[in-house]
Order: sequence, then C-alpha cells, then structure tokens
Amino acid sequence: MDEIVKGGSWVEVHRIVLEAGERAPQVPEDTKKVPLEMRVKGYLKKDAKVGDEVEITTAVGRTVTGKLTAVNPPYDHGFGEPIPELIPIGKEVKRIIDERGDKGRRGR
Amino acid sequence: MSTIDMGYDAVMAKKGEVMKSSVGIDYDAFKTGPVSFDYEGMMTKTGYDLKRVFEIQSETAVGNTPLVELKNITALVRAVSPRGKGARIFVKDEAQNPSGSFKDRRASVSVYEAKEKGYPGASAATSGNYGAAVASQAAKWGLPAIIVQEAFDGRGIAQPEIAEKTRACEAYGAEVIRLSVGPELFYVFLLILMETGYFNASLYTPFSVLGIETLGFEVATEIKEREGHFPDVVVATHAGGGNVTGTGRGLIKAGASGTKLVAASVDLSGLHMASDTDFNRKSFTTGHTGFGIPFATWPDRADVPKNAARPLRYMDRFVTVTQGEVFYITQALAELEGMERGPAGNTSLAAAFAIAWEMAEDEIVVVQETEYTGAGKHPIAQLNLAKKMGIEVKRGDPKENVPGVRIVIPEDPSQITAVDVDLDRLRRSYYKNALENIEDREKITDDEIRFLAEDTKTTPDYVKEAVGLK
Repeated sequence: MDEIVKGGSWVEVHRIVLEAGERAPQVPEDTKKVPLEMRVKGYLKKDAKVGDEVEITTAVGRTVTGKLTAVNPPYDHGFGEPIPELIPIGKEVKRIIDERGDKGRRGR
Repeated sequence: MSTIDMGYDAVMAKKGEVMKSSVGIDYDAFKTGPVSFDYEGMMTKTGYDLKRVFEIQSETAVGNTPLVELKNITALVRAVSPRGKGARIFVKDEAQNPSGSFKDRRASVSVYEAKEKGYPGASAATSGNYGAAVASQAAKWGLPAIIVQEAFDGRGIAQPEIAEKTRACEAYGAEVIRLSVGPELFYVFLLILMETGYFNASLYTPFSVLGIETLGFEVATEIKEREGHFPDVVVATHAGGGNVTGTGRGLIKAGASGTKLVAASVDLSGLHMASDTDFNRKSFTTGHTGFGIPFATWPDRADVPKNAARPLRYMDRFVTVTQGEVFYITQALAELEGMERGPAGNTSLAAAFAIAWEMAEDEIVVVQETEYTGAGKHPIAQLNLAKKMGIEVKRGDPKENVPGVRIVIPEDPSQITAVDVDLDRLRRSYYKNALENIEDREKITDDEIRFLAEDTKTTPDYVKEAVGLK
C-alpha cells in the first residue's frame, strides 16, 4: 500500500489510548488483556500513506493524530440474511387472533 | 513543551472540577447532609419549568408525537388471556421525533442550555439514540457536537446498532469518537471536555430529566382527553433511570398520581458490561438490566455528582423480559399494526403485553416510547451477529433463555412473561450503597432517613427497619 492519499481526503485514524497494562483497576480480566483503542474520522491534513502517523481535522475542527487506517471508510452495517426463526411469526399471530380471538375486533 | 499530566489518574482526579464547569451546576449548593440533598430544589432551580420545556421542544419539533391504540396487539392479548382480561394497549410513537426516539426530549433542553450559556459546543458520552439526539439538536441550534461511543470489541467487531448510531451522528454533522470496550471511555470524555470547553450534555443532569417530563405529561393528558380517565398503567423501558424518572414526574405534574409506573428492562443477567468478550454477546445495547439494576441501586454512579435520574423514587414495579420476547413482539408489531420500530424501544411493549394479560379489558396500559429502526438497529442484524458469535437462536419457551448463550423466540404469545424484580431487594441495596461511607451511625439523622424514604418511594419506618436502626 504505497499509494499516496491526498491531503483533504476523508479518512479514519486509529490510536491506542491506554495500553493493555494501563487499563483502569476496575476493568475485568479479559478487557485488561487488550488496549483501549480509538478511531476518529476527519480530513487528512497532508498527503500521506496508509499506516503513516498523520494529523486530521475532524468534523468540528479539532486536530487529531493517529495512524492512517482507512480512506473514505464505508458504513458496512446492514441487516444480513432474513432470520428463519422470525419469518413465520406474522402468520402465526394473525391465525391466533382468527382462531382463538374475536376477529371482528381486528383493526377496530 | 507543556508538562501538564494528561494521564489516566491525573485526569480522573479533575472529574469534579470539569463536571462543574461543563454542566454549569454547583451541586454542593443542594447538599443537605452526608447522603441527602435538595432534589426538588436542584430540579426547579435550573430555570426551566414544564411550560418552558414545552416551548423549547416545540421550536425543534420535539414531542407531541402520535398516541396510537394498538388494537390488533390488544386483540392478540385477548385471544390468549382469560375471559375478561386483556387491557387496551396504547403506544406513544416517539420514533416520530426528529432523530427517531424520545431521546430528542432529553437532548433538547441540554443543547438549548449550552446555547443560552454560550458554550462553544455540546458533547455526550453515549453509544445509543441519545448521541443522535444531541447531534440533531446541536445541528438545529448551530452548535458543533462531539459524541464519544463505546463502539467495537478488541477484535474490531462493531456492535451493529452502535455502527448505525455512528452513521446517524455523522449524518447530523457531529464528530464521533469510537472507542473499544471499557469504562475508561469516561477518561477520553473528560479529555474532550477539557480540550474543547464544550457543554456536557449528560444524560443525568436536571436538563435531561426535565426534557422527559413532557412525555409523561402528554401520555396522561392525551389518554384523559380521549378516554375520560388517566391510564391505569404506563410502562417505560428502563436503563439509566432518566426515562422512568422523567415520565414519573410528568405523570404527577399532569395529576395522574394514581397511574402505576412500571419499569421494564431486557434481562442480560450474567453478562459483564465492561467485558470485551461479552460486548458482542448482547443483542441489546440499552434498556437492559446491565444498566437498569446498578442505576436503580446507586444512581450517583453517574458522571455528575448528583444524578437527576432517580428511578426508585417513581417506579411502582420493575419487570424484565428476554431478548427473544422483545424480538417476537417487534415482529408482531410490524405485521399486526404496520409499525416497524426498533427493538430497544419495544422492550416496554413486550412487558406491556404480559401486563395487559393480567389486567381487565376496560383498563388501559400505555407503552410510552417507540424508536426508529433501520440497518444495524434491527432484530435481523442483531440475530445475525448473535449467530456469528456462536449464540444459539431457536423457537421455544422463553424460560430457556440464557443471556449470551441462547436466545429463545417464543412459540406462542402466551409465553411472554414479565418477570418481577424484587423492589425491596433493590431498595436495600441502594441504602447499603448510600450509607456505605458513613461510619458513624449517629450521622444517620432523621433527615437522612426521610431523604432515603423519598428517594425510594417508601416510609421512614421502612428505611429504618431496612438499615437496622429499628
């Protein structure tokens, strides 16, 4: 990844806030084994490469330093596959109202 | 080079000072004893009464959401309940607020206060709907906003609901600081407040709780106007305590002091809230017992010295439901009422379904919120993550549910159960926490006892007996 990322690009930086050995005393054991990490997005101040220590200007105008990890990072959360355990519920509850309930009351 | 120590211990030691300047409240002024403080004084001396809050909220189109009777959900309850049982269920469609949840009410007064007092911006430590609400209100009032989130685990896996909140906050123009799991989020938040001088739009200030009073007030007055009497029961999803507190206060201000207020949380017992490995074994990021129990038994664990959200003052009953039950009712709501809403808001609907089952047909139960839904913030996204994390998902009896191990989607609506949390146990735990630092029993005066009674909706005799002074 030697490609130059242009200054002004929308990017994400990553930084370790607290190393694994520096975690707060009340933190459970599994969390103590990993560092406290931070990711922030903003505009890259100067041309750089992915992996470089860089400065960015965030949405509110703060300067944040960190390792350049992503350029124009996507929002990749979604829905995924339909859940077979949820699919039949609608039909089931309508049938229950029709068979066991007062269907004349539906929607009234 | 500056030599100011910005390390963890040094910054945490400045907490009191930073909080005082970032919320602009001198909490010491309300202190009346080692435990007691003038709660009503703190709530009224902020300069906002109910009328003013309504005015502020109307300026940004917050509140006045539709109150919808869920006639088909009610028909479903009656189809599975004993003859004569099955109360009418209504829902306050809070998803219609500008950023899609009742949290706009909480953010509205805070951001207005930040603007009025000349703060250069607003910041909040939150991974949920509240971040989007602060970002949305800040956008409206022309203030910059920074939201600090606990967003991903040590493997870099983001909680899908929080990923959606990141997107929403950024859509409103906010800066989002995403952190891995851990309570040291608060350290980062303090650093941000110190660096920027922004207002701390905490969930636990009087501003935040006053903003929710309008919700309780609207629920009570609208039902009364329509049906001629106040609702018999209002169910509120409970986490940090603000929702229950603000709603309870609003009901009382409307005159509905006979309405029973039920707090409902998703049961996540056994999962540690600060655990990196448990983080993505939860399908709910709020409205669960991981916040609901500790914030009931010790409200002053919050970021501000005295928490304005004091749920035991207002709740008449506290119940839990399971993750699978909430997913089931979320699907039923979409297909029976044509309302696709987010699962966290439907926690109280699942509880209301079970509670309506016990109530008479002519009684009314109101679910006081819904929330928006969408990518990440949806049962499909959560159950796909759960399956990926090795959690079993199956149809069956919700009693077989084990948080972090097995999610059981009910086979029949009659299986939905509201499991009571023992309020006496919670109150005793609260008294223990409150009195922990008082070694000298003589200092536990009648004033302290009276405060503890008011703070837990009991009597001084009850408190005395519970703490062994009788």
